[in-house]
Amino acid sequence: MSSNLLEVEKLQTAFKNDKGEVISVDEVTFNLKPGETIGIVGESGCGKSVTSLSVMRLLGKSGYIKKGSIKLGGNDLAQLPEAHMRHIRGNEISMIFQEPMTSLNPVFTIGNQMMELILLHMKLSKKEAKMYAIEMLKKVGIPRAEEIIHEYPHKLSGGMRQRVMIAMALSCKPKLLIADEPTTALDVTIQAQILELMKKLRQESNTAIMMISHDLGVIAEMADKVLVMYAGQVVEEADVFALFDEPKHPYTKGLMESIPHLEYDSHERLASIPGTVPTLKHMPKGCRFHTRCPFANEKCKNEKPPLLSINQHDEHKVRCWLYEDQHQQILADTQREVHA
Amino acid sequence: MFQYIVRRILIALPVLFGVTIFSFLIVNMAPGNPVEMQINPDATAADIALKKEALGLNDPLYVQYVRWLSGILHGNFGFSFSTHQAVTGMISDRIGPTLLLMGTAIIIAYLIAIPIGILSATRQYSWMDYLSTSFSFLGISIPHFFLGLGAIYVFSIVFQIFPTGGMNTLGGTGGFADTFNHLILPALVLGTGIAGSMVRYVRSSVLEILGQDYLRTARSKGLKEFFVINKHALRNALIPIITVIGMDIPLLIGGAVVTEQIFQWPGLGQLTIQSIGSRDYPTLMAMNLMAAVAVLLSNLITDVLYSVADPRIKYN
Repeated sequence: MSSNLLEVEKLQTAFKNDKGEVISVDEVTFNLKPGETIGIVGESGCGKSVTSLSVMRLLGKSGYIKKGSIKLGGNDLAQLPEAHMRHIRGNEISMIFQEPMTSLNPVFTIGNQMMELILLHMKLSKKEAKMYAIEMLKKVGIPRAEEIIHEYPHKLSGGMRQRVMIAMALSCKPKLLIADEPTTALDVTIQAQILELMKKLRQESNTAIMMISHDLGVIAEMADKVLVMYAGQVVEEADVFALFDEPKHPYTKGLMESIPHLEYDSHERLASIPGTVPTLKHMPKGCRFHTRCPFANEKCKNEKPPLLSINQHDEHKVRCWLYEDQHQQILADTQREVHA
Repeated sequence: MFQYIVRRILIALPVLFGVTIFSFLIVNMAPGNPVEMQINPDATAADIALKKEALGLNDPLYVQYVRWLSGILHGNFGFSFSTHQAVTGMISDRIGPTLLLMGTAIIIAYLIAIPIGILSATRQYSWMDYLSTSFSFLGISIPHFFLGLGAIYVFSIVFQIFPTGGMNTLGGTGGFADTFNHLILPALVLGTGIAGSMVRYVRSSVLEILGQDYLRTARSKGLKEFFVINKHALRNALIPIITVIGMDIPLLIGGAVVTEQIFQWPGLGQLTIQSIGSRDYPTLMAMNLMAAVAVLLSNLITDVLYSVADPRIKYN
């Protein structure tokens, strides 16, 4: 499909340390259309953030993209020289982070930090850049923007700082916005405001969003489609409605069951997934989830499952042997349709 | 801010008062007295007693202290026991050379330490990091007198580039170039010594900043790594370094006793040695007082600089 904005293909990201190399993200494939929002969920350490940092190519000194491609409008970001990549960062792809309290530099004013980005990517004079920064701050609902622009970050609350981060991220009208747990560090009421704001801005600008969260509520609110990640791999990919109505992968089901609901009886125990995410160095053989999976059988313990398509339009995929029959069925159906 | 500074100065006054009492006691506890130190061996006991009486050394200590203190309060620092010059005049003759030497040394130290410290931190555990930490270790551990003598041997005797000591060529016309020529060696010796410890402060301070979230934000804007480090990281790393700068300011006043002695630099360090040798109480007391003022003042300046460097700090 050529209408895709972002095409990530079999991405593998590794980190080097003194004992060798660890693969932290493996075989991650997904596409994103302009204006579409993809949610990436999973427990801590599943590779959600590393996936997003791979797209930004901000993996630090020890991290690198080992295999795969990240195509954005004809460019493969995985192969781009650093100087060209710098031109894309903040301009075509921008990012907001989990910790608004520490993501702004404490010794520079809000205006200074915003104008730095604006002057870097847009052909504006200093005065115009300042006017533009004020305009952006107003757009994200910051009152007294003309004064706030001269303030230092410590004067603002967490919610206000996240608004500043969003204003900054959207200043150059990026095609893709990566939001790495943008509401995790905020109060619930502020969370709702920030999500509302992001939805509104998405509508206005047709920006595609990669929304990373471990909060399924946030994902349900924002995303069009969802990637569920486990131990560095995508274990399920589906349309947001399909995922919440009929989660397929035992891990996704586990995640859904472990959400507390108000209407549950208080004496009922909240379900949890036993165990923890395996460390990257001690990845189990076969399916990576089999050690924690209630349905695991012999095949799961020994053979790695591929990402299997289980509906006709290739929209719902799951990395689980339990759906092999369904997958074969779909394959046969599709073939019959082709022949017919 | 102004109120804060006034308050700090008012608090400093009793501290200064205490310092003068302590240093007066300690100076007087040193064995020997000014008269014994300077009078020629043929002088009779009667001569010595007369001289002591004349200098007021036979009075009880508190009387001597009150006399000295009332002099200070009237702006009179007294006369040297050994040279009979006014103490203020002796110090003002010496303070220029010391400020020149120490100021140059500290500037050299920072010019060396800040770039090396940053490089060392951004390339942690590389050969450059190991090289610079080893050099800083050498800079800290080699005593100044040894480095000074080594420098004199190499640059003055073997290569004959710089003079061995003094501040101007004897019998010469002086001038800036001549003084500069004399300044280089002692300033370099002092500067590299200070740089040794500075490199470590800068390195650890930058290392601490490198993991901060706001640097990732800066990178995500598409900034060049050069600006990420030298704008965003350095401004934050400088805040703890200000403390160290503050600790260096009193050095400016106190002078480097050993280095001035080796290079025959006519500064306060040399004057200190001379006045200790001759038990020159008025000069010693004046120097102590000046050092105490320098320490208190530099603490105040450090605190004020903090609020300039870090907008989160406000005094009122």
